[in-house]
Amino acid sequence: MDAVTSAPARIILICSGKGGVGKTTLTANLGIALARLGERTVVLDADFGLRNLDLLLGLENRIIYTAQEVLAETCRLEQALVKHKQEPNLALLPAGNPRMLEWLTPEDMQRIVAMVAERADYVLIDCPAGIEDGFKNAAAAAREAIVITTPEVSAVRDADRVIGLLNTRGVAPVQLVLNRVRPKMMASQEMLGVDDVTDILALPLVGLVVEDEQVIVSTNRGEPLTLNGNGSPAAKAYQNIARRLRGEDVPLEDPSKARRGLRARLMNKIRKTTGLF
Amino acid sequence: MTLFDFLQRLLGRQKPSGTLAKERLQLVLAHDRSDLNPELLEQMRREILEVVQRYVEIDLEEGDVSLETEDRVTALVANLPIKRARPLPALVAAAAAVGMAEAPDGEPAPQELAVPLASEPTEDPAAADRD
Ligand SMILES: Nc1ncnc2c1ncn2[C@@H]1O[C@H](COP(=O)(O)OP(=O)(O)O)[C@@H](O)[C@H]1O
Ligand SMILES: [Mg+2]
Repeated sequence: MDAVTSAPARIILICSGKGGVGKTTLTANLGIALARLGERTVVLDADFGLRNLDLLLGLENRIIYTAQEVLAETCRLEQALVKHKQEPNLALLPAGNPRMLEWLTPEDMQRIVAMVAERADYVLIDCPAGIEDGFKNAAAAAREAIVITTPEVSAVRDADRVIGLLNTRGVAPVQLVLNRVRPKMMASQEMLGVDDVTDILALPLVGLVVEDEQVIVSTNRGEPLTLNGNGSPAAKAYQNIARRLRGEDVPLEDPSKARRGLRARLMNKIRKTTGLF
Repeated sequence: MTLFDFLQRLLGRQKPSGTLAKERLQLVLAHDRSDLNPELLEQMRREILEVVQRYVEIDLEEGDVSLETEDRVTALVANLPIKRARPLPALVAAAAAVGMAEAPDGEPAPQELAVPLASEPTEDPAAADRD
């Protein structure tokens, strides 16, 4: 990574309120996808109480320093950034050590992000769950945000709280990713639909990720789905989010409607050819 | 979906759970979103009293503005004991200050104003249960 930048870096907070809805998975996959598109990308693990972005990226054995040492000036930023072997456009910066939870303040966060932003096109901040201090620290330096939720009542409710907080902080734009979509359940209305969630939260949708077993397999390996051109539905969804973030117009298709559409088309054909009902 | 659920739905006796989820969320979010923090509530209380004082003399000790929730509808309730209405010239000045053409009639304002913050949705599943 060289130190000269043209446009200012996009600094994006990935948050949800509720835990376990897919923030870290999105951060890792989006980071790789952006890097593969040629963007110099730094992913920052701000969930350092329960850090696992390193694990999802397969970088857990290569961390020596954290943002903490950089701010204390016991190491240089370059030493703390862990470059991804296969995707050198991507680097990981752990915010801190779980044993030293107390050090980080919103000002610390702003300082370290400003340093990172000088040499990156994208800075993705993996936010901890909750809306307390951990969230406030992580959000301190964010310019824009992606709120990720699943089509479940508790996740949507918590997302709404977070959106309220982001609005009062003036973070914009705030965009939505709907994760773990099950098209079959949506089509039979046994799950909140895509439109239901976007209506309720009133945010522009930047991505839909279906429930996909490959996500678990890739997590086991420490190789994000977007790393090796995996063609699984979730991999494509993450790639599309990266492209939309860069301003590309990639159409979003509601998978539950595509299904219904197919059935409707079939019924239509039967109706026309048989003249029945 | 079990066969029982399927039959219930076929007979129109049960809503699909996704629909139910949306209705429940809309209610709970209307409540969450109207949950003003104490600081803002205090500021709003002061501003409301200021406006009301232009028209009527109120008992500041007894006055109270609060959020009350009943049956999942949150209302802003102001209970402002009125000592007396302001004399007419003061009223005209107050009306002019808020950009009204004419002063309202001399009748004292109603003592309790209840402003619903979150309107009840047309279909309230809880209401159906109560019947
Ligand atoms: N689209 C998906 N399909 C299947 N599993 C998923 C999907 N997204 C996330 N998961 C799984 O959900 C769990 C929580 O994800 P994670 O990214 O750690 O959430 P968070 O960072 O929000 O706590 C993980 O086990 C992950 O593998
Ligand atoms: Mg996480």
